[in-house]
Amino acid sequence: MIEFHNVTKRYPGGFDALSNVSLHLRAGEMAFLTGHSGAGKSTLLKIISLIEKPTRGQALLNRINLNTIPKHRVPYVRRNIGIIFQDHQLLFDRPVFDNVALPLTIQGYRPQEVAKRTRAALDKVGLLNKEKSMPITLSGGEQQRVGIARAVVHKPMLLLADEPTGNLDPVLSREIMQIFIDFNQVGVSVLVASHDLNLIDELQKPVLTLNRSQLIENGLNGMPEPTDMYQSMADR
Amino acid sequence: MRSNNVRRDKPATTNRLSAYFLHHIQSLVFSLSKIYQAPATTIMTVAVIGITLSLPGGFYLFLKNIDAMSGDFRSTTQITLYLDLKLDEKKARTLLGEIDVMAQVQDTEFVSRHDALESFRESSGFGNSIDTLSSNPLPHTIIVEPDSNADSFAVKNLLNALQAIPEVEIAKLDTEWLDRLYTILEIAKRSVAIITILFAFAVLLIIGNTIRLDIQNRYQEIIVTKLIGATNAFIRRPFLYGGIWYGLLGGLTSWIIVEIGYLAISGPLGRLNLLYQAELAFVTFSMQDFIILLSSSTLLGLAGSWIAVARHLNQIEPT
Repeated sequence: MIEFHNVTKRYPGGFDALSNVSLHLRAGEMAFLTGHSGAGKSTLLKIISLIEKPTRGQALLNRINLNTIPKHRVPYVRRNIGIIFQDHQLLFDRPVFDNVALPLTIQGYRPQEVAKRTRAALDKVGLLNKEKSMPITLSGGEQQRVGIARAVVHKPMLLLADEPTGNLDPVLSREIMQIFIDFNQVGVSVLVASHDLNLIDELQKPVLTLNRSQLIENGLNGMPEPTDMYQSMADR
Repeated sequence: MRSNNVRRDKPATTNRLSAYFLHHIQSLVFSLSKIYQAPATTIMTVAVIGITLSLPGGFYLFLKNIDAMSGDFRSTTQITLYLDLKLDEKKARTLLGEIDVMAQVQDTEFVSRHDALESFRESSGFGNSIDTLSSNPLPHTIIVEPDSNADSFAVKNLLNALQAIPEVEIAKLDTEWLDRLYTILEIAKRSVAIITILFAFAVLLIIGNTIRLDIQNRYQEIIVTKLIGATNAFIRRPFLYGGIWYGLLGGLTSWIIVEIGYLAISGPLGRLNLLYQAELAFVTFSMQDFIILLSSSTLLGLAGSWIAVARHLNQIEPT
């Protein structure tokens, strides 16, 4: 699902946010991405979600080379990912239903289909009764669940979550993580960036640890496929 | 490699075109609801556009009325023929018959020197002085009304032909003041055209700026939508419809402003009509004018928002 081959991201000014990171998250796998702040977690997620491009090395999303995606194809590639933000990023000018339905509207689903899938997603996060509420009236945990419903409503193959429990208490955090595990059990690949080490230990999923822009722990079994080794060596 | 390989589910919308139109309708309604949700901002913007457009609109209406009036004058153009003083009435009436059948002549009227003197005596109040004259100083006159279809060139030709008749002492067509009026009107028309262009630019800038602020206000929303996989076209649409609404509502406002202005001055206009004993029909916007006003203001709205969107929207990328 996600393949990194010796990916280096250097920001202008010579700062390496990632250096020589290689990893392989297979389809249907779930992993946690951890590390101190500034270790490169966000940069890694940004490369996967096509916000940044690697300076060196190759990043692939389901065999698509993210280095060379033309700009006009970016939206279509992003539709394969569901992104969950730490601060939810809900649109506060419209009700919960419209927030969750947004990815479907963007992709041009019929209204009946939109309604059906949106309600199904809201049901999964236990907020079916809140569809008409405005996001501002919801608690932090509920807002985050709306964010999750929006991320999964179009059935993406990959869920990316950036500190999804950052602002939540331990009980709510556990609930949110359980939702991710549930999605993973039905075949969705999940990558969760978090620094909540206690919770991560408890959940017993593979862990990727970044330290000063380098991947120092790779709990995933898969390694980048050797066919691409030549390319990554050439990039070096 | 194409992203299609990745996609497991295709949108259930089988007809892409219907999805496209669906989003257009959604954007249209959405942008209208945005306007509805922020009435104060909208009213101010629409008022500014309306006032801006009402100026050229009002000038246009003013000119249209002057034009209509001068048309009335043009149709009442007459040529007065002052005949030779020595010509007797019988010969003069023979000449009248000849002129009456000339091409481009609609109607003729004979005023004998006797009648002319009588009417002058009555209207001028110099009755006593006239009585002291030994002889009537006035000639017989023929008033020729040119064909109403005749243009100014044909009227000039007719005038020359009449002047060429030996019994005609003077043929007089009083159009100099009319020509001056037409020249002034032409200047006014061009001024209105310039004003219209300038104000159209102003509207373009007003709408462009409003949409730019709108884009800035919804910066975060645009970024989130992009991350969810929205194309630029998708994001652009509600803003373009917003511009269309601003233009349409602004045009409608300017129409109302001009109509109210017209109503306000129609009282004195009517009195002026009475004073001049004229039967001038004052005209307001026709249906055609109304449609042109609304469609051009709507187009200005679309153009203004397009400029803003093209300049600012594509620069917004998630970081």
